[in-house]
Amino acid sequence: MSDNAVASASTSASEHDALAELTAPVPEVGDGGPEMVQLLTPEGQRVESTEYDHYVQDLTDDDLRGFYRDLVLIRRVDAEATALQRQGELGIWASLLGQEAAQVGSGRALRPQDYAFPTYREHGVAWCRGVNPLNLLGLFRGVNHGGWDPNEKNFHLYTIVIGAQTLHATGYAMGIQRDGDVGTGDKDRDAAVIAYFGDGASAQGDVNEAFVYAAVNNAPVVFFCQNNQWAISEPNERQTRIPLYQRARGFGFPGVRVDGNDVLAVYAVTQQALNAARSGNGPTFIEAYTYRMGAHTTSDDPTKYRVSAEVEVWKHRDPIERLKSYLVHQKKADQDFFDALDKEADELAATVREGCLSMPDPTGESMFDHVYVEPHPLVEQERREFVDYHAGFATEGEH
Amino acid sequence: MTPARAPSAPRREAAPAPETAVTTYREALREAHREALQRDPRVFLMGEDVGRYGGSFAVSLGLVEEFGEERIRDTPLSESAFTGAGIGAAIRGMRPIVEIMTVNFSLLALDQILNNAATLLHMSGGQLAVPLVIRMTTGGGRQLAAQHSHSLEGWYAHIPGLRVLAPATLEDARGMLWPALQDPDPVLIFEHGSLYGLKGSLPDPLPEVDIATAAVRRPGSDVTLVAYGGGLGKTLEAAELLAADGIEAEVIDLRVLRPLDDATLLGSLARTHRAVVVDEAWRSGSLAGEISARLAEKGFWDLDAPVERVCGAEVPLPYAAHLEQAALPQPETIAAAARRAVRGDGTGEDQGDGSGDG
Repeated sequence: MSDNAVASASTSASEHDALAELTAPVPEVGDGGPEMVQLLTPEGQRVESTEYDHYVQDLTDDDLRGFYRDLVLIRRVDAEATALQRQGELGIWASLLGQEAAQVGSGRALRPQDYAFPTYREHGVAWCRGVNPLNLLGLFRGVNHGGWDPNEKNFHLYTIVIGAQTLHATGYAMGIQRDGDVGTGDKDRDAAVIAYFGDGASAQGDVNEAFVYAAVNNAPVVFFCQNNQWAISEPNERQTRIPLYQRARGFGFPGVRVDGNDVLAVYAVTQQALNAARSGNGPTFIEAYTYRMGAHTTSDDPTKYRVSAEVEVWKHRDPIERLKSYLVHQKKADQDFFDALDKEADELAATVREGCLSMPDPTGESMFDHVYVEPHPLVEQERREFVDYHAGFATEGEH
Repeated sequence: MTPARAPSAPRREAAPAPETAVTTYREALREAHREALQRDPRVFLMGEDVGRYGGSFAVSLGLVEEFGEERIRDTPLSESAFTGAGIGAAIRGMRPIVEIMTVNFSLLALDQILNNAATLLHMSGGQLAVPLVIRMTTGGGRQLAAQHSHSLEGWYAHIPGLRVLAPATLEDARGMLWPALQDPDPVLIFEHGSLYGLKGSLPDPLPEVDIATAAVRRPGSDVTLVAYGGGLGKTLEAAELLAADGIEAEVIDLRVLRPLDDATLLGSLARTHRAVVVDEAWRSGSLAGEISARLAEKGFWDLDAPVERVCGAEVPLPYAAHLEQAALPQPETIAAAARRAVRGDGTGEDQGDGSGDG
């Protein structure tokens, strides 16, 4: 609460500078600062980077159009899900609007044997891992708790408890380490884990303990923080006084800030981090600097706490528009491609809508499933009572 | 333990009296905060999204505009940190109100609540009292799935050193906060999520509200229905169903989950000789179990039938709406348990309402 105690302490000149830096106010709507890795400007201009260019230089035009397709399709699914919620078909939806590049860039950097631990907003990563979007909707429709097999896609179920997955990811990574699937040099064997979380979660005890644990164990895990500037209604300065990526140094591993709306830069930075993890060099913290264009969830109304001017600033940093500009100016995609993609997006949305509306409700008895692996006397008793109770109504109805 | 308060007589539903405008449970809570902030400069509120957002359940809406960011404090997403800081501020002489978004989030602060707030007075030889108020939302019924629908107030009611409140009426929502802040020990207030929209009117002037006794919300002679928090409304509905059958149920609102007001419970049992305990939490190891045990220990010779319990199904709370409702106590299942108790026909043959002994 009091900065005076810090400032009045006897300090050297260099310490004074360090303290001045520490106590400087965090800019309200930053542009990411000079240390942010960027390969595509918001206008779609390619920026050269000696450190990161080689991670993207082998990308073919097909690959680039593939990134663009991912971005467009997942945004379309997201928009359809928001509409379905507004029409009462989903209980809630957590939109990824604005964060597509952070998710697709990192998701496409993963190899099949890598494992991802998402929050509840990683629809773009799910897409990259091959999870059917309908499975995501089942969760938000309230008919299941996530309908995919985590081990089939190496994509964990959505984690609702803020930050809890960072610890699970760390433990999973230590399992990979113990299996010897780190540092063998075999690119089909060496594996890493990526843990997604947000700027709000960065204040959670669990997340900070995961950093410590991963560091001292040199676990092959990448901590991928999508700093979307807002934790529901709380801006960054309620969670941190220094840029988040700089925290990594204190935990003993590298931290890097990347333009989260630049799919190429995210792809490059994530590859670098995953490579480090797979080859036995331990964790990396990636802060993908992005923006939550929509509400926290459909239950939220962001106009209550943030100004529209801020949203306008970020509209000009849109992840899809910048890649489109690049593709067009570099003549890597023609109008036919964009038209065909629009059509594909609409068809996907229609499929998602139809699938959502026709999802069966779970049976009443199913609430007693999977409470324990083995049959359990108490659960079985309550199941019998439940079935008998409802059977009683059926009998009454027949009289 | 906390100093005893003079228990007031069991209170009935407020008789039609001079009333203020219609309000809600949420607004009543907000008004209670406003009063506390005005009356005592040491009072402040902190938690996630309590400022401009107005609180996750809109309890503090408008308070930051009125009292400023020093007193309505948005915190980092660090439950353990802001609960622990609340303890520190309380020790320093402040009167913090910590809002934890929901009871399941409080598990991240459990060490601070159990190992610190509840024990510091004792372990400091009486030197460090912790006058901290922690509010949180509890309960299911809102389709928030298995990680946001817990009813863990019974766990907290297990802990010596804490006082645990469960306001179920507008009057208690409005009136419990101030006495909680006057308590020199930590007080936990559980607000059932289904109650925030509850509408009604408050008597004018506001009555004194104690934080020590249970209340009789409906008098009756045939069976005692014990409920609290979100269960009270359903239990009063059950009493209506029973009345249609000619069974007069007495409904007790626990109000205070720790310490339990045994006298009110046993007094009612002595009148009705039958009891049903309603508790949305899981039956095994529940507050309902504790109350049943007390009724058996101290009221055995008054009992004409086994104590019945109506609890939540012992599964992670279902997500789908129809399953969730089926897993929670409902007026029909409460009434069925009461009929068993009154008619004595339920002990051998369960009626299959999910309330069979586990």
